[in-house]
Amino acid sequence: METLLACCIGFLTACGVFLMLRGRTFPVVVGLTMLSYAVNLFLFASGRLNLRGAAVLGMSEEYADPLPQALVLTAIVIGFAMTAYLVILAIRARADLGNDHVDGKLPEAEQRRKEAGL
Amino acid sequence: MSHLIIAPVLLPILTAILIMLPPVHSVPNRRRLVSIVSMALQFVLALVLLWQTQQQGLTFYALGDWQPPFGIILVADTLSVVLVCLTSFLALAAICYGSAGEDVRGSFFHPLFQFQVMGINGAFLTGDLFNLFVFFEVLLIASYGLLIHAGGKNKTKAAVHYVILNLTGSAVFLFSLAILYGSLGTLNIADMALRVASLPAEDLLLVQAGGSLLLIVFALKAAILPLQFWLPATYSAASPPVAALFAVMTKIGVYALLRVYTTIFGETAGPLSGLGMNWLWAFGLATILLGAIGVLGSQDFRKLVANLVIVSVGTLVCLVAMQNTAATAAVLYYTVHSTLVTGALFLLADLIATQRGKAGDRLVSGRRVAQPVLLGTLFFVAALSVAGLPPLSGFIGKLMILQSVVSTEQQLLLWSVVLLSSLMVLIGLARAGSTLFWRVSGSEAGGDKAAPLQIFAVSLLLVASPALVVFAGPLTELSVAAAVSLEDVQQAISIILPQAELSGGAK
Repeated sequence: METLLACCIGFLTACGVFLMLRGRTFPVVVGLTMLSYAVNLFLFASGRLNLRGAAVLGMSEEYADPLPQALVLTAIVIGFAMTAYLVILAIRARADLGNDHVDGKLPEAEQRRKEAGL
Repeated sequence: MSHLIIAPVLLPILTAILIMLPPVHSVPNRRRLVSIVSMALQFVLALVLLWQTQQQGLTFYALGDWQPPFGIILVADTLSVVLVCLTSFLALAAICYGSAGEDVRGSFFHPLFQFQVMGINGAFLTGDLFNLFVFFEVLLIASYGLLIHAGGKNKTKAAVHYVILNLTGSAVFLFSLAILYGSLGTLNIADMALRVASLPAEDLLLVQAGGSLLLIVFALKAAILPLQFWLPATYSAASPPVAALFAVMTKIGVYALLRVYTTIFGETAGPLSGLGMNWLWAFGLATILLGAIGVLGSQDFRKLVANLVIVSVGTLVCLVAMQNTAATAAVLYYTVHSTLVTGALFLLADLIATQRGKAGDRLVSGRRVAQPVLLGTLFFVAALSVAGLPPLSGFIGKLMILQSVVSTEQQLLLWSVVLLSSLMVLIGLARAGSTLFWRVSGSEAGGDKAAPLQIFAVSLLLVASPALVVFAGPLTELSVAAAVSLEDVQQAISIILPQAELSGGAK
């Protein structure tokens, strides 16, 4: 279980970092979302992995650490709100700046190609 | 248990809600009045809290009466309360300035401002690392809203970079928190200090990794090389009162560095003591130089002021990395001085830009300003202070910095870098001042005169600079007291966790 989870987190982080290094806002937003998924899983795992453990004392043989669960919940809520804000901001930037590049202007080669196409 | 400690967090959020209610929100002047009165009240409360901290020493407030190490606590010691005072004073001036007309150029200026102050105060007061993350997010989401206040291409472009960078920073923050919680089993800062002191050898590398990740996050917030490239664009794009408040935001990063790396990874931490401080020292020096080069190379006045923020952050970070009492005291004094003066400069830049018409704040010859004597005097005072010339507060700050160095090697590096950067800042400011005020084309002065409230706001911040000199004696004592109480980790632990006993690694 540990190996699977570790691979999952690693894969999500790698995808997230790769996408965040792209030049357009949409892949960056998706990358950030993936990264926040990885973070949430990782945060959850910090309370150790065990099966059939309840977060309430006396409900099961073993009990799970309730704190990481609360932390993950907080992190999910915050991450969700921030992503929503970023999506709106990206749309606004597309409208204000006329393209969806994170720097607000297309790289020169692309700009030339676009002008030639027109 | 005194409830006063939570007032700097509660009052802004209640004010923000009050301002959003229809009877207040529908009339701009009511919003302004409520916002200004509340911020003045917050400043008074912060002063009362400071007085109380002076009387009783370190106190903490357990939310919901969940005693530490369970539950979340707010800790009031001299360092955090002085910074809360600083924030409310700066915010008061910024809100006064904004109330002169900037606030109606976009919606929800005052509520967002209050939310941001709440986040900043909370970040200063909290004694729990996860809670620090939450308050960071509170102040960040408010700052995202404030940054695009009044709209425009530049602001949107700067905001995209700022938001993406900070979201990445938050993700890294959570990674490091998870590592630290997984290995230490607690997020209460005092309790973490206790656990790090008696850490089993097999967890050492894990905690080191977590602590180093945390260093990266705080370096991003504080804007240290190589994570400072976002700052000039963001700060110069933001509307003036917002930029003035942002002057304190980088200081939160410095404060977090000071808190975490003195308390948790301080001298009680055994093998992890002084974690990452060598890196911080080297990058801090480089940041000062880069900021000073930025000051010389800036094409417009706002960018120049933003580069001044980088210089001050670099200086503060070097002091944090030295980890001695005199340096920590200098951090506090210099933080207060540099925050107030750079805040004033951001406001002043807007006044000058408005009166120069089309030339704006670009450093080219332009129209004469309408009030050359008044603005010139304000600029002169601010420039003298920020460059560190006597008789203003920058001089005392620089003196404290230069005196705090202990080893010869550090002395050689820090003295030369700080003094060289001061010279570069002086040249940059002299060039900017003479261009803005003397290189005029055409004879007629144009533009509207500044509103009295705007002049009041800038003067309020600038009067603080001579006041910091007049009261330098008591303020220096206060800074030293704050540094001593911050470094006395053992006493903090014995107050917050009375049952616990610090073992191993202690002196």
